[in-house]
Amino acid sequence: MDTTATIRSSPTTHQASKSVIKTVINPWLMPALVVTLLVTLIVSVGVGALYVTPYEIGLIIVKSFGYSVEVDSTKEAILLAIRLPRVCLAVLIGAGLAISGAAIQGLFRNPLADPGLIGISSGASLAAVMMIVLEVKLFQTMTGVLGMYALSVVAFAGACATAFLVYRIARVAGKDVITTMLLTGIAINALSGALTGIMTYLATDEQLRNITFWSLGSLGGASWTSVLAILPFTAVALVCIPRLAKSLNLLALGESQASMLGVNLKSIKRQVIIFSTMAVGTSVAVAGIIGFVGLVIPHLIRMGVGSDHRRVLTGSALGGAIVLTLADSLARTLVAPAELPIGILTALIGTPVFLWILFRERRRTIA
Amino acid sequence: MLEVRDISYQIRNRKLLDGVTFRANPGELLAIVGSNGAGKSTLLKLCTRELKASGGEIRLLDKGIDTYSEKELSVFRAVLPQQNSVVFPFLVSELVLMGRYPHSDFHPSEHDYFVAEMALKKVGMWEFASRVFTTLSGGEQQRVQLARVLAQIWDVPRGILFLDEPTTGLDLLHQHQMLELAREFTQKGFCAIVILHDLNLAAQYADQIVMLRSGKVEAIGAPQDVITVDIIKRVFNLNVWLVEHPEMDCPMVIPQQNQFSDRY
Repeated sequence: MDTTATIRSSPTTHQASKSVIKTVINPWLMPALVVTLLVTLIVSVGVGALYVTPYEIGLIIVKSFGYSVEVDSTKEAILLAIRLPRVCLAVLIGAGLAISGAAIQGLFRNPLADPGLIGISSGASLAAVMMIVLEVKLFQTMTGVLGMYALSVVAFAGACATAFLVYRIARVAGKDVITTMLLTGIAINALSGALTGIMTYLATDEQLRNITFWSLGSLGGASWTSVLAILPFTAVALVCIPRLAKSLNLLALGESQASMLGVNLKSIKRQVIIFSTMAVGTSVAVAGIIGFVGLVIPHLIRMGVGSDHRRVLTGSALGGAIVLTLADSLARTLVAPAELPIGILTALIGTPVFLWILFRERRRTIA
Repeated sequence: MLEVRDISYQIRNRKLLDGVTFRANPGELLAIVGSNGAGKSTLLKLCTRELKASGGEIRLLDKGIDTYSEKELSVFRAVLPQQNSVVFPFLVSELVLMGRYPHSDFHPSEHDYFVAEMALKKVGMWEFASRVFTTLSGGEQQRVQLARVLAQIWDVPRGILFLDEPTTGLDLLHQHQMLELAREFTQKGFCAIVILHDLNLAAQYADQIVMLRSGKVEAIGAPQDVITVDIIKRVFNLNVWLVEHPEMDCPMVIPQQNQFSDRY
């Protein structure tokens, strides 16, 4: 033991000496993520049936701010009405899914958790499938009032309802223990899975096609309206979740240690659940179920920057935005003029990555 | 500093603790000993407010323990738990800095880094600062956790330290260093409450020993008064010899030979 360190020396005399403690694993990763995101944005806006160069993109954006410059009017129309809203939507959804995933993994102290665990996705899809299949009066009047956004509103309501249900049941069942919430989430997920199954069983061929398309996820319906619809929800999540970073770090020590270090367990649980439901619920409502982003991105980020949630949360948001924007560019260009459901792409790419992580972790624990 | 008055705790009809009363003063190291299932950990959890007592009162710094908020407690009370499981691969330095979170805003100050460094040096784990915590051995992890707990209350005037079986998984040298450290902190006005299994460690380091037996205080007082042949026979059902420590004024416990063979 180092006997030179003494606790009796007054701390003020040492304040000048700078500690050499090292806590940042990879200081360049965050700036690199920001740069990658910018490059991804420019590339994704550019690619498609009609290629738009970065220079033209710049001109079109400058023009939309009211300056008079010469631009190709077809390209301008495509960019402003189709590609830009779509890329914006991909960024918002990707960032929202990944940051919620990171926060939920932190809350459940389980690196294999994802936003679907507390019933958000399954609740949203159950509500949406019910809407598609059961042409009941309520849904028809809603469609009358809300038009094409009725499905999104219903799906979001379903997400909120299940998340709330899981939270309430878990509180009744066992004080405030997080494991109870995890198990409740699994049970509720199974239940809504079964109910969704009944709906699909009852559905006609036409409805079945709708259901399939919806449950595989797609950003095809992107418009400025849908971007504006999810912007406030995702923005709140993106601003508020990183503020929980310290509490999530302490939760890694266990619930009791976290509370010994001043974390209000009840409040942190409620906040993570509310913010994740806002981000994930709206994204499922607009784009259907997009799997694996919320699970895999936080893992990849952790490998790069370590486990400190102050970097994992923001890093995941950036990473999620990059991956989903790229995936969407692939989805709409690979089989053009048709489109692949983006959920298929993220799962196709996500699964091997996920398995690789699993084996890597195993190797490390054995070694 | 810590006052436990007639505390009891029961789950359904089973009384786990019954009428436990003791008082730990600043500058004192109080050891809680007793057989398995005697209620040591339950008592500690009541003192750290992890559980709520069914009856009685616990006071910290002359105020009822329930009048504090989590935040207020976290700046002068630290707890080293028996089981430490950390899920994500944090660096040792990050983990120790977590002990400073109650004192800092979003980012730790220069002083927090300094305290973390001192705490790591104190437990002899400074060379491990940039290692990943989950790759360390059990004993090393325990010492890092101790550094985190010490960092939490490093520079408060009257801190209170709870250690739940801190010597588990430590080798002989580090067992003694662990308690030596706890003693060093009590000398600057802290109060340390330590659950111990090893009566010899308790006798050597504690100012006061609370001996529990099935939820009740069997004996309380200075080591010489509590560590006696009769009390050990009653609490642990074990026949022992007591010898004098060669240089300290405290008893040492040596179990007698062949005392189990005729019982079964």
